[in-house]
Amino acid sequence: MKAKEKIRISIDENLCKRCGICSEFCSEKVFLELDNGMPQVTVPENCIVCHLCDWRCPDLAITLEVIS
Amino acid sequence: MSTNSYKNYLKEEHFPHIWCPGCGDGIVLHAYAIALAELGLAPKEVVTVTGIGCWGKSDDYVATHALHGTHGRALAYATGVKLGNPVLTVIALMGDGDAVTIGGNHFIHAARRNIDLTAVVINNFNYGMTGGQYSATTPLKSKTTTSPLGNAEPGFDICSLAEAAGANFVARTTPFHVVSLKNLLKEGIQKKGFSLIEVITPCPTYFGRYNINSSPVANMHWLKDKAVSVSRYQHMTDEDKLQHFAIGTFVNKDRPDFYTMYQQINDCKWEGGR
Repeated sequence: MKAKEKIRISIDENLCKRCGICSEFCSEKVFLELDNGMPQVTVPENCIVCHLCDWRCPDLAITLEVIS
Repeated sequence: MSTNSYKNYLKEEHFPHIWCPGCGDGIVLHAYAIALAELGLAPKEVVTVTGIGCWGKSDDYVATHALHGTHGRALAYATGVKLGNPVLTVIALMGDGDAVTIGGNHFIHAARRNIDLTAVVINNFNYGMTGGQYSATTPLKSKTTTSPLGNAEPGFDICSLAEAAGANFVARTTPFHVVSLKNLLKEGIQKKGFSLIEVITPCPTYFGRYNINSSPVANMHWLKDKAVSVSRYQHMTDEDKLQHFAIGTFVNKDRPDFYTMYQQINDCKWEGGR
């Protein structure tokens, strides 16, 4: 199931503490963990808008917006 | 959908928060703000009461009324706030140290009286802020900084304690199960009478490092593997039960709360006000 809507996932680098939870648990592998531990959104078109990365981020650094 | 954003309930200017990478406190804070937003409670109608500890810092990040008390006494203060002004929604955010170790007596009596409060107890099995000492929920044989060879005491089961003391709503979840966490928070806040939501939370810095792994991801996997539904847990062998914990709702009843009983017995009425 793919999202029909356009989505925007933003990661606030000032808040992220590089725990790796978003990239580990994203079922659609939207994130890639860089060598410095920072997550990067690589395939946003795979996002199914489950919001789990956003809700499971311990640092409240991820914002997932649906742009209609 | 409602336009009431969870951001209205947070003081984002105070971020980044103090919690360690991978700590579950931030996830619970987020779920708490979402739950309040979805319930449509105005920040001025809610009082967040905290004690001391890592989770005791949470009142600094919420835009509701906040009362930061002494260690273990969050429920005592919350009881006073609720009885002083019953129109307020009073929620006590406590750690395992606050709720059942130092404040154990307040906890059982708040549940017994069935005061209309919601207690959100973050259980990370140790005193994180002061250096990872064992608490009353540290499981038997677990290692902490003050029990390096293993804890000689068994830990409290917070949900069983609340159930036996008479709470109206008792549930357990984890930050891994965020959707159920948010829903249980909403259910608990709406419930009249004493509600307990225990959140088994990873502490990668102390408890996790000594007993699981210091990686935040490994701690989340541990929660995922150890947590089973109440029905599945009931059918487990005793040996398996020791390796797992049940998540879900344990008690959901409607015993009249303290305030209702007090007014009825004393034939008085005080609705409170601002």
